[in-house]
Amino acid sequence: MLWPHMSHSTHPVQSADSALKAVSAARWRVAVLLTTAMMVVYFGFILLVAFNKPLLGTLFVGGLSIGMLLGVLVIVAAWALTWIYVRWANTHYDASLRDLRS
Amino acid sequence: MMTAIGEPNATAIAFFALFIVLSLGITVWASRRTRTTDQFYAAGRSVTAFQNGLALAGDYMSAASFLGIAGLVAVSGFDGLIYSIGFLVGWPIVMFLIAEPLRNLGRYTFADVVATRLRQTPIRIAASIGALAVIAFYLIAQMVGAGNLIRLLFGLPYELAVVIVGVVMLAYVLFGGMIATTWVQIVKAVLLLGGATMLAGLVLARFSFNPLALFEQASAMYGPGVLAPGRQVTDPIDAISLGLALMLGTAGLPHILMRFYTVPDAKTARTSVGYATAFIGFFYLLTFILGFGAMVIVGRDVITQVDAGGNMAAPLLAEVVGGTPFLGFIAAVAFATILAVVAGLTLSGAATLSHDLWVNVFRGAHASEREQLVVARVATVLLAIVSIVLGITFKGQNVAYMVGLAFAIAASANFPALVLSIFWKRLTTTGAQVSMITGTVSTLALIYFSPTIQLDILKNTEAWFPLRNPGIVTIPLSFAIAIGVSLLRPVPTEEKRFLELERQLHLGLD
Repeated sequence: MLWPHMSHSTHPVQSADSALKAVSAARWRVAVLLTTAMMVVYFGFILLVAFNKPLLGTLFVGGLSIGMLLGVLVIVAAWALTWIYVRWANTHYDASLRDLRS
Repeated sequence: MMTAIGEPNATAIAFFALFIVLSLGITVWASRRTRTTDQFYAAGRSVTAFQNGLALAGDYMSAASFLGIAGLVAVSGFDGLIYSIGFLVGWPIVMFLIAEPLRNLGRYTFADVVATRLRQTPIRIAASIGALAVIAFYLIAQMVGAGNLIRLLFGLPYELAVVIVGVVMLAYVLFGGMIATTWVQIVKAVLLLGGATMLAGLVLARFSFNPLALFEQASAMYGPGVLAPGRQVTDPIDAISLGLALMLGTAGLPHILMRFYTVPDAKTARTSVGYATAFIGFFYLLTFILGFGAMVIVGRDVITQVDAGGNMAAPLLAEVVGGTPFLGFIAAVAFATILAVVAGLTLSGAATLSHDLWVNVFRGAHASEREQLVVARVATVLLAIVSIVLGITFKGQNVAYMVGLAFAIAASANFPALVLSIFWKRLTTTGAQVSMITGTVSTLALIYFSPTIQLDILKNTEAWFPLRNPGIVTIPLSFAIAIGVSLLRPVPTEEKRFLELERQLHLGLD
């Protein structure tokens, strides 16, 4: 059986609720932004592979074609975006979670 | 070139025996710590971020990526790199969208997350169909790969190799559960990363540690075309379709998702994906060196002579730069790699059968701890038998497409429902259920009508569906159906339930 005062919303509960909404919204914005960035980088690379083979075959320096350079950069971008997320989460997200808990 | 590949190789057998003894020792140790369902499915939630990062990498880096991609690069140059990159880019998506909410909302399987905010029975059944389809195709590819590989590397008969893999992995999972499986993954990941790094180091030592000199040599020997996109990507739509399935499928693989329950909390899950992404990215960068190294040092002719698909490129390279003992080491690492991946798949299959279907569907979530463990172990034995039978049944058949198929089903059946259940409050039971079933069925149907099955395997003259990779159709279809059905028939109580769970999504059960 539920205790009545647990299911009714009071003012402090509402402000906690809006704090939760803000955390959810921020988490969602970051997730969408970084996911989009990863997709743009990766599918940009795939589209170049599909539509501009000559450009990717051009040598950037001896032994390294632009295609291979971009391929390595896609891997580096995956690392960088992951690192950005972890940085954001360890500072901002965790701090808001601490506030939510208290 | 004279090669010891295919001969019973004393060092290979010694290294492999050492790995088996070590891993079975771990299993004995783990079996004493496997008394509860939390321990059997989730290693008691005591795995650290670094350990889980290695275990995730171990579960993900299959023999297909080690031998297959190195071989593909050795034979076709740049085109093989497209796969290396495709297999990495799913990991940031796992990080941004899935890992932490999954850890906070579920217990043992990804279906927990969807079922916890919707109606149990229909969701668990639909999710199990998708999960089991992914696991089955992934398992077949691994078992057939194991049989072929071990025959090639050690000269053992195919069937014997399949049975050895089935029995040893059964021992890990049955007695040691997730604790043993996790440690086997960690040992395997360290061996694989270490072995590949050593091999790349030995290659680069011949080029004064300048990768560009290696690539330049490849270009001088085989023409500048090896550094440029070639024949693999002819149809841009197919390339994007494959890319979508690799990227989003990673975030829907049941055995990968299950790993996030082995850590104590969501923050640890987050850090572990960071480690996994670093390790896996590093590994795929090494495949650039290994592939071009094999192309230059071993030579394309020798590689395709030993195995037409190029799968022996990395072992041949090891033999040339490090002699027979190093070949033995790399062969043992490849064997260990398959064993570990198969164990991870089997454990996640057992969790689906026992936790999702038996406990939550047939027993209405009322089953004692003892009963749950018994059922999980029975399911493990069944899966081991099924995987041995499938491995032998598919002997000699082309199963290379099955890994792609597993990723396509994971991306179309599991990923949309999972991500919508985490982020979209209006998702309904019917929407998620229809989406998961559509994702599985449409992927299977379109693969069947694709050139892969119709032209390559059935030898028909035309294929009704033009693409080899159905993801570009099935993933949006699955999302559209989940969203469309949910909007057409809204269920306010389920939306309310989502809002109730929102706190748990961020904070877990604190």
